[in-house]
Amino acid sequence: MYRVWYYPRKAVEWVLLIGVALVFVFPFLWMLLTAFKTLPEIYQFPPTLLPEQWEFGNFAKAWETGPFLTYVLNSFLVAVGILLLQFFTAVPAAYAFARYKFRGRNWLFGLTLIALMIPPQIVFLPVYVEMSHFQLVDTLWALILPYGASAFGIFLLRQSFMQVPDEVIEAARLDDASEWKIMWRIMVPMAKPVLVTFGLFSFIYHWNDYFWPLIMTNSDSVRTLPIGIWMLKASEGGKHWNMIMAGNVMLVFPILIVFFIAQRHIIRAFIYQSK
Amino acid sequence: MAQVSLHHVGKSFEGQKVVKGLDLVIPNGSFTVLVGPSGCGKSTTLRMIAGLENVTEGEIWIGEKKVNDVPPGKRDLAMVFQNYALYPTMSVFENIAFGLQNRGVPKQERKRLVAEIAEVVGLTPYLDRKPSQLSGGQRQRVALARAMVKKPQVFLMDEPLSNLDAKLRSQMRIELTSLHKQLGSTFIYVTHDQVEAMTMGDQIVVMNEGVIQQVASPISLYHDPENLFVAQFIGSPPMNIIHAQGTEAEHIGFRPEKVKLRSMAKEITSTAALKLEGRVITREILGSEVLYYLDTNRGRIIAKSSADEFIEEGILVELSVEEKDLYRFDKESGARVRHESIRLATGEQLGGIVS
Ligand SMILES: Nc1ncnc2c1ncn2[C@@H]1O[C@H](COP(=O)(O)OP(=O)(O)OP(=O)(O)O)[C@@H](O)[C@H]1O
Ligand SMILES: [Mg+2]
Repeated sequence: MYRVWYYPRKAVEWVLLIGVALVFVFPFLWMLLTAFKTLPEIYQFPPTLLPEQWEFGNFAKAWETGPFLTYVLNSFLVAVGILLLQFFTAVPAAYAFARYKFRGRNWLFGLTLIALMIPPQIVFLPVYVEMSHFQLVDTLWALILPYGASAFGIFLLRQSFMQVPDEVIEAARLDDASEWKIMWRIMVPMAKPVLVTFGLFSFIYHWNDYFWPLIMTNSDSVRTLPIGIWMLKASEGGKHWNMIMAGNVMLVFPILIVFFIAQRHIIRAFIYQSK
Repeated sequence: MAQVSLHHVGKSFEGQKVVKGLDLVIPNGSFTVLVGPSGCGKSTTLRMIAGLENVTEGEIWIGEKKVNDVPPGKRDLAMVFQNYALYPTMSVFENIAFGLQNRGVPKQERKRLVAEIAEVVGLTPYLDRKPSQLSGGQRQRVALARAMVKKPQVFLMDEPLSNLDAKLRSQMRIELTSLHKQLGSTFIYVTHDQVEAMTMGDQIVVMNEGVIQQVASPISLYHDPENLFVAQFIGSPPMNIIHAQGTEAEHIGFRPEKVKLRSMAKEITSTAALKLEGRVITREILGSEVLYYLDTNRGRIIAKSSADEFIEEGILVELSVEEKDLYRFDKESGARVRHESIRLATGEQLGGIVS
């Protein structure tokens, strides 16, 4: 450890990093540990950090209070469905914005950027009306379709497509590749780190999303996991924080897995962007 | 195999003409080099032939077909770019096979063709690598292989060697010219390096400011330039030019190796058409030859002579050039003036130039 003192700059960096990490890690850790505590221990004062008695039953109990398998499945269908739709709309749109000159391009792109700045809370009412017009309220479609195109995805992909050298595309044209093929075989593979990052953002956002499913669904059969966990709180009457935290751990677990798989690409995407 | 011809081809970018009325025939099987200073429109011309750029006016024919409206992929040509333009996410094999795949060549056939070409350019051990794992020279070979595997009628190359180091470049020059002989296809090669142009091309097109200055073989370009621009552009070091002054109607040019230097002490020979007095400022020893940079009252002159006799810096010398080695160019247009009969009178007129 004493070596650190030879590098004061490094030491400051370390202290800052540890500080920031604590701010982010501590609540997470608290959630995880609470999920393993018994109900009396939660209300104990002074609070304990580590459970005095590890209680593993909270997970099973939480799972059994509602149709959690359905919730998980719905969450998965919605998050993946949105992701696929966004992918297939963002790639051609970004390719057009990045590589074609057409009338109204800047105007349309400006419109896309504006869409980026409008939160769903502002537009949910007209969208709800639209969904109910097509009798899609209280179906998974109402959760997926409104998010089918992502302004953020288009914006991010366009930046990355613009970095592809002209010559590479011209070489492909000389190789008699169609525009479709250039898009999917040349541009998309080159944008892979950015795509992975975007996919992750989108997946996490919609996996965790609470607001939209709350508005668009009424029945258990189409509810998603965040709603299910909220219901956990309501159903038991009392504040069973240990069970709620167990539910939350189940909620974030898939995200952690996805994140660890994608980590390498995310780091590369940011290096790429700042070049 | 095909002849490429341009009929009055022009190109404007945002109203600015960068290529003007090109009329050019590139014979079938020739190695034609487009050469000229930076920004003269060489790349633009090549890109119009490739179909990557639309022509603003005129017609381009490849073989028996007018190709103005034919997309690049259907013109039956291949192009090698300066920075290789390989597909970074594909392996060497996929890079070479991509064009074949797009043409619907079956898989087995693709494998066979790629293996064949890889053998020719020495890439067989690298077929599974990504371009980022190759050296500059190897990437260049992939770019070549990608062009060759399609067996196109016409090869287009835009400064393909300029990213390589000097040694590799001269090696690739030889490989390219022998490749050309082997394939017998039409090569159109762009460079701004006149040495490259002279050593590789059998037909050289000199361009300046979007206009063709001269089309000729390397030898006749060197010995018989059509105008002042070509005379000065071709040759290294460039031709010496004595600019017209006062009432003189013509600029006079001569190659450095045609200048004879004599120390002033010796007697003056009288057959030379041009005589100047100059002082050696610096010299560059090239090995068997020496370049002398001389200051005369008609400007800086470069002379090249054998290293056998050595002239020290600071020495005053007499420069003389034979009549047959002089080139005359119109004072206004820079066009070559060829009048056999007129000679500079020796004696007093000569004195006129010197004084
Ligand atoms: N896409 C374009 N838009 C506007 N101007 C262009 C475009 N492409 C080329 N130009 C202009 O056309 C002229 C000729 O360019 P070109 O690339 O053909 O030159 P070049 O002879 O290949 O030069 P170099 O030896 O530097 O490559 C230049 O003045 C250039 O600025
Ligand atoms: Mg160029």
